Amino acid sequence: MSWLLVLPVALPLLAAALATIAYNHRKLQRAIALTALTALLVDAVAILVTVERDGVQSVQMGGWPAPIGITIVIDMFSALMLLISVATVLAVLIYAIGQPGADRDQPVFHPVYLTMTAGVALSFTTGDLFNLFVAYEITLASSYVLITLGGRREQVRAGMTYVIINLLASTFFVVGIAWVYAATGTVNMADLAGKIAALPDGMQTALSMFLLIVFGIKAAIFPLFFWLPDSYPTARMPVTAVFAGLLTKVGMYSIIRTQTLLFPENRPSVVLLVFAGFTMVVGVLGAIAQNDMKRILSFHIVSQIGYMLLGLALFSVAGIAGSVLFIFHQIPVKTALFLATGLVEESTGSTALNRVGGLVRRTPMVAALFMLSALSLAGIPPFSGFVGKLAIVQAGFGAKEYAIVGVSLVVSLFTLFSMMKIWNGVFWGTTEDPALRLAAAGPDARLHTPSLMTAATAGLVAITLAIALFAGPLYRLSERAAQGLLEPTEYIQAVLG
Amino acid sequence: MTLVPALIVAVLFSVGVFLMLQRTLTRVILGLVMLGHAANLLLMVVGGRAGKAPIIGQFVEGEAVADPLPQALALTAIVISFGITAFLLALAYRSWVLTHDDEVEDDIEDARIAQLGEQEFARWWKRSR
Repeated sequence: MSWLLVLPVALPLLAAALATIAYNHRKLQRAIALTALTALLVDAVAILVTVERDGVQSVQMGGWPAPIGITIVIDMFSALMLLISVATVLAVLIYAIGQPGADRDQPVFHPVYLTMTAGVALSFTTGDLFNLFVAYEITLASSYVLITLGGRREQVRAGMTYVIINLLASTFFVVGIAWVYAATGTVNMADLAGKIAALPDGMQTALSMFLLIVFGIKAAIFPLFFWLPDSYPTARMPVTAVFAGLLTKVGMYSIIRTQTLLFPENRPSVVLLVFAGFTMVVGVLGAIAQNDMKRILSFHIVSQIGYMLLGLALFSVAGIAGSVLFIFHQIPVKTALFLATGLVEESTGSTALNRVGGLVRRTPMVAALFMLSALSLAGIPPFSGFVGKLAIVQAGFGAKEYAIVGVSLVVSLFTLFSMMKIWNGVFWGTTEDPALRLAAAGPDARLHTPSLMTAATAGLVAITLAIALFAGPLYRLSERAAQGLLEPTEYIQAVLG
Repeated sequence: MTLVPALIVAVLFSVGVFLMLQRTLTRVILGLVMLGHAANLLLMVVGGRAGKAPIIGQFVEGEAVADPLPQALALTAIVISFGITAFLLALAYRSWVLTHDDEVEDDIEDARIAQLGEQEFARWWKRSR
């Protein structure tokens, strides 16, 4: 059984090595990547089923017992995140294969993409704080390559910001690990859970806040989000989409994991609530000011992070379950929105609101895909965003945090507003300054989008619809995940034995 | 533990932060390197007193042995930062090739939106007078 838990990391790494060997054989690289990620999806489903049936699963690397060796441990929260991430990564891979030029002129795309998948999987499954740092570095090092792939001028500029800010966060992470080790003498998370609780209060607060800053930079929470809307939009669309879907959520996962597991008696509820509020509001206001689809959506990444933080800040089963469900829905929805934006760019050559127009007649399929994901993001019933937000809002009412719940509802309204802004600008109406391909095609001509790209986007949208459809069972799983996070005895037992 | 390593960590951190706040890319990168060294040295300081090498058979029971874990952690962190620094330098070189300049560029889209905001404000100011 234990090999099942190691596969999410081992399989993509192995495939990355094979894809590197097949350097100049694009078809072979594609076959390797597709096979590996499909197998991974099956594995993720198997893991979820196992965890659902038998509880938390763990395996000690190299056979060294827990506090000494490195532990891979998967509870319900990890299993859910793993499943949705792998599904999303697979959809984006298909999209990238379908996009003319995305992987064709870039022999390193497949190996690096697979390595990033391994990094993300490791961050979700590791039970060791330093190993989490390594997982981050694997993910980030691959993302540095992906974001600058192509080496255009604005990519280099934005990539520089991205690399430097993340490197700074990584340095802080090392410092944080040094402090944690100095205070407790261990970096195993399950072992830390007990040992940190024995520390003086001030020390606990210092460690918890420092780790919050480290992961806050990665998750782009207020006031540490400035790098994100600047750097994400410059990469190629499949890359931006997978970053938007996954990377900030990995940061959010780590915040939830560390704040619940490591600091069970020292809960920074008020701090998190304030940050959640500002993250939501500042993100959505930034989005409203923008005039380009990619930048609007990038600011929405920030805004939506606020909701996840809000659910966590309540530190109740209902709140954290809401957060888990919300992250589960955000990963595919955000990615789908960016993929739809990529289709707009592919067919017209631009994503600027004032250059593109009237696409609802020209590419009705893209318009439909965008509309479905946009409504889902804004949280309109009966779409998946509504279910996630409803869970968080209800938990907020339950905890009598009326102010922040009010803020979150207003932010929802603004989200809808800026989605409508995109809709009006890009899909309805006409435009005075049409993008090149639009002008050449004539006033009412149908535009072509590559069918594989459209299919991949449609697949992701279908996943978001399925989330709404199966919201009941999913919420029960999220609730179990939340219980496991708030009462981590099962997790600790699975690791330490 | 003596005061010296702690002081070195502090100096490295301040030098790193100062360099990071410069506008030139090379200095920013050097600053990051300094910060990385500071963090790695901190890991070593955290390991406590130096002692015999922790190899089974090389020390007797009860003897002071160095803590191997922070050393392993520092080693890993050094390898990672080595690779990333190489990548950053390549990126800085690419930036220099493209712009013939070593300065961090402004975000064009940001500047455009700020300009739009200023125009809007100027118009509103004119009307309201």
